[in-house]
Amino acid sequence: MQADLAGPVVRSLAFVIDFSIRCLAMFIIMIAALLLGGNVGWAVWLLFYFLVEWWYPVLFETFRGGQTPGKKAMGITVVNDDLTPVTLGGSLIRNLLRAADFLPSFYTFGLISMTMHPQFQRLGDIAAGTLVIHKAAETSAPSLPDTTPAPPPFELHESEQTAVVELSLRHESLTDSRQQELAAIVAETMGKKPDSALNYLRSIGAWLLGSR
Amino acid sequence: MKQNDFEQQHQPLWDEFSKLLKGDDKTLDRKRLPDLYQVVSHHLAISKQRRYSTNLIHRLNHLVVEGHKRFYGDLPRFRANFFYQCYVGFPRAIRSNAPFVWAGLALFFIPGFIFFFLCLTSDELIYSLMSYDQVRDFERMYDPGSRALGRTRESDTDLKMFCFYIYNNIGISFQTFASGIFFGLGSLFFLIYNGIFIGAAAGHITQVGYTDTFFPFVVGHGAFELTAIAFSGAAGLKLGWALISPGPYKRLMALKLAAKDAVIMVYGTTAMLLLAAFIEAFWSSSSTLPISVKYSVGAGFWALTIIYILFSGRSRNAAE
Repeated sequence: MQADLAGPVVRSLAFVIDFSIRCLAMFIIMIAALLLGGNVGWAVWLLFYFLVEWWYPVLFETFRGGQTPGKKAMGITVVNDDLTPVTLGGSLIRNLLRAADFLPSFYTFGLISMTMHPQFQRLGDIAAGTLVIHKAAETSAPSLPDTTPAPPPFELHESEQTAVVELSLRHESLTDSRQQELAAIVAETMGKKPDSALNYLRSIGAWLLGSR
Repeated sequence: MKQNDFEQQHQPLWDEFSKLLKGDDKTLDRKRLPDLYQVVSHHLAISKQRRYSTNLIHRLNHLVVEGHKRFYGDLPRFRANFFYQCYVGFPRAIRSNAPFVWAGLALFFIPGFIFFFLCLTSDELIYSLMSYDQVRDFERMYDPGSRALGRTRESDTDLKMFCFYIYNNIGISFQTFASGIFFGLGSLFFLIYNGIFIGAAAGHITQVGYTDTFFPFVVGHGAFELTAIAFSGAAGLKLGWALISPGPYKRLMALKLAAKDAVIMVYGTTAMLLLAAFIEAFWSSSSTLPISVKYSVGAGFWALTIIYILFSGRSRNAAE
């Protein structure tokens, strides 16, 4: 099993989004509290301040599949270090230790820890045994370019095979000019003109994948 | 085998596995999940070894990760069952971490008592710890002559104070715990600091002579609140100690192991502080009751706390 770790930049951006949402929420609650007025208003304000300050990430991460709204927007998610969904305990630890990551100010310790750790873990993640990863979207099988399969002109090395196959399979995600450019590199070895090289490589790719 | 043939041959099986994981199709046999999981994992390994395309490997990896979540996601790594934790988990975590708990209690209460007696004998010491305004404010809070405590408070004031105690006390407790990751130094500091602060305030109030308003007020919720702060410090010290003396483990592994118990202790202290805030706002503040009642109930709360920590969940403890 493998997963793509989320780095400090994308995580910081997610934090900024979450922070903005929290500020906005507190602003709305402040208005509501002022409208209620008096001691009830104070009660509401203090209670929500406590909830938003300490429990906002915990509740989202535990009950919304490891994603706060900010993380969701950035397509990242919190998981245990064996890739299972994060639990209440893990989430609570990593978010309480936010207080430690924050020190001395502006999450300095957290950022240092994240950039130095091979798995981008901040102090809270290390203690809770959690990772932040890019949420893998379910991908479907790519279509093959429309070509007649052709055997390679000579035996290809394993890594060469992989390269040719990947080029064929990515014909929809790479721009045409870039594909031409890549194909042109090997055109001469294949004994082809640069402009016909791409189609030839696609044929070989299809053949290598098993089309006949 | 070429990749296309491989895909063609096994695609139905992958689809079935994917549908089973999503649970949409009720007609499929769920008992096949474990077998399919095994097969798909095998296919992933084969695909990697045969250097099939990254796209195929990604797709299979996604299926295996989802299957892994289904099979291993619900393991009780942190058992979150509320009643189990209250009755067994928390008191057991406190007992099995007795050295840290004793250290937490000592670091909190010993400076507290020292400064209590120091402030009892000197009426100036308090001003080197707090500002003049702070002292005047809390003197006024417990002044028997003031009417704030003398009259029955409105219930909405109680509510406000309840929320304030939650916000303030649990915040302090979380801070005391979290700062323990710095080799325990943060917890050490906050325990001593809060101990001194609370002890000094109590000493000063006694020295001024407001005992009949102060002690009946604090005795009730103090049972839960003071012990909870010491416990959260103990949890922080446990984290710190795992880094200082990791035993047979690597430091980071030791920290993870320590966090398992520590999080249970934090759950417990949070619950204790919620209870304390409730008692403080709605019971401690009521001044219509005679002092003797408040002292007896307060003593009852202390006894309850001690008995709970010492004995709750012992029999099930032995059974495990």
